[in-house]
Amino acid sequence: MKKIEAIVQPSRMESVKEALVELGIMGMTISEVRGHGRQKGHTEVYRGNEYTVDLLPKMKFEIVLPDAMLDTVIEAILRSAKTGKIGDGKIFVSTVEDAIRIRNLDRGEKAI
Amino acid sequence: MRKTACGALFFLTLFLGASLTGWGQAAASPTAASPQVDRHLSDLDQQVHQAQTSGDNAWMLTSAALVLMMTGPGLALFYGGLVRRKNVLGTMMQSFTLMALISVLWAIVGYSLCFHSGSSFLGNLGYFGLNGVGAAPDPDYAATIPQQTFMMFQLMFAIITPALITGAFAERMKFGALVVFMILWSLVVYDPMAHMVWGKGGLLNATLGGRFPTLDFAGGTVVHITSGVSALVTALYLGKRVGFPKQPMPPHSVVLSFIGACLLWVGWFGFNAGSALAAGSLATSAFVATHLAAAAAALGWAGAEWIRNGKPSVLGAISGSVAGLVAITPASGFVSPMPALLIGALAGVVCYLMVAKVKAKLGYDDSLDAFGVHGIGGTLGAILTGVFATSLVNPIFKDAQGNALPVGMIDGHAGQVLNQLIAVLISWGLAIVGTLVILKVVDLVVGLRVPEQDEIEGLDLSQHGEEGYNFEA
Repeated sequence: MKKIEAIVQPSRMESVKEALVELGIMGMTISEVRGHGRQKGHTEVYRGNEYTVDLLPKMKFEIVLPDAMLDTVIEAILRSAKTGKIGDGKIFVSTVEDAIRIRNLDRGEKAI
Repeated sequence: MRKTACGALFFLTLFLGASLTGWGQAAASPTAASPQVDRHLSDLDQQVHQAQTSGDNAWMLTSAALVLMMTGPGLALFYGGLVRRKNVLGTMMQSFTLMALISVLWAIVGYSLCFHSGSSFLGNLGYFGLNGVGAAPDPDYAATIPQQTFMMFQLMFAIITPALITGAFAERMKFGALVVFMILWSLVVYDPMAHMVWGKGGLLNATLGGRFPTLDFAGGTVVHITSGVSALVTALYLGKRVGFPKQPMPPHSVVLSFIGACLLWVGWFGFNAGSALAAGSLATSAFVATHLAAAAAALGWAGAEWIRNGKPSVLGAISGSVAGLVAITPASGFVSPMPALLIGALAGVVCYLMVAKVKAKLGYDDSLDAFGVHGIGGTLGAILTGVFATSLVNPIFKDAQGNALPVGMIDGHAGQVLNQLIAVLISWGLAIVGTLVILKVVDLVVGLRVPEQDEIEGLDLSQHGEEGYNFEA
């Protein structure tokens, strides 16, 4: 089993979600995060005081999936999340040791 | 009521007609008709007076409510939005506490110290516990409304003035220390200033025996200069917030500040137009001047920002309107509409530069710009009142025959500007000395500033055990 963490632009969230659901991915965790890679922030001014805001809002998807689906899912995320500009985000892949369904104690690929 | 009036007039005409034509020979001293007519006439008198009182009292009670609204939630929201999230409740609590605290103090001694006769500097305790303050008007102040109405209206001013100071020491003052500080400040700074400008026999009173008649319609000196300058003193005495100026401390909710500022603008109609103490044309004039100054000032500040920063901000626009309202406060019942626009526009630009340029250069932490807006705006407004006040709007000075005398510089009475300057100097002096002494005393007895850990944790948790927003709940 593999885990994908995909950090994407908030404006691409809906299309990434749709693409995943189309592939039959039923389980995902989505969180609102802040961060940056090489993207510059912006400046806000309040009563003459300038503030550089470089923690930018992003959406993070966490998906655990069977090894066999990895390439298709990565390709789907890339397709739906890309705008071509700096700040599009990143995908991280890691290996998952185990997965357990809390309701009925299913283990392994049966649980995801 | 109309029928009685018509009836009385009819009989009066009959009586007059009868006596003139000689028909009244038998009724030359008509003991039957005369007391009836007299009674009708005095009834009429009473009804006319009651009607006027009704109109004036309705407006004044409404104005008092509007001014209270300026403190809560107006100022509470305006300031609350400007601080960091962890201090939103602590900030609002300061305004709200004053609504309660000053009211009690006012009823017991405050009103008397301000508005009873006494010396040139302070009233005596003749109205202790509001003794003698009832339905009967006090004609020296407002002849057509109950004195209790006048007292309530003035109370709302006494509440909001110290609330303005809280902006300077936001996010770092102990709540207990605030309570003690405010009681002392209200007694030592506000009450003497209010008495000097508005009280019978006050040193600066324009109409009731002042040595240096000062024009301050709704409180440029009494409210804005005293609070603004005291704000600067406390900001300097308490020192900067932990992390200031390196750590970013942007407002946590300009949305809240926006709502607060709009409530302030609307409430200010009660503040200024209500200071006419009646519902007549002077109230209208003050209403107009107030609104135009706010409008011009909002454009002034936003325009200056647009030029200097490339973008006009919402915070700038609303701050501008507040600055204009501050500056027009002393002038509102004395100036025509066009000078009101000018005063507003100047206040918008001057206060913007004060806050955005001068403050940064001087480096003090007047967290919410209480001095920059109220201290400077109030000083500017007080002086310009002497320039633009005119008898065409408010014939406040009269000669022995009752003819209107020149009021301000545009009337030809340039000396008024000098009197305004004297009042400005006195208010600055009283604010500085009074506040310094009080700060020293409270610091020694209670301790003013919260410990550093409490400041970092935030006032909401450390002083009140609460959080403003529990969105996960």
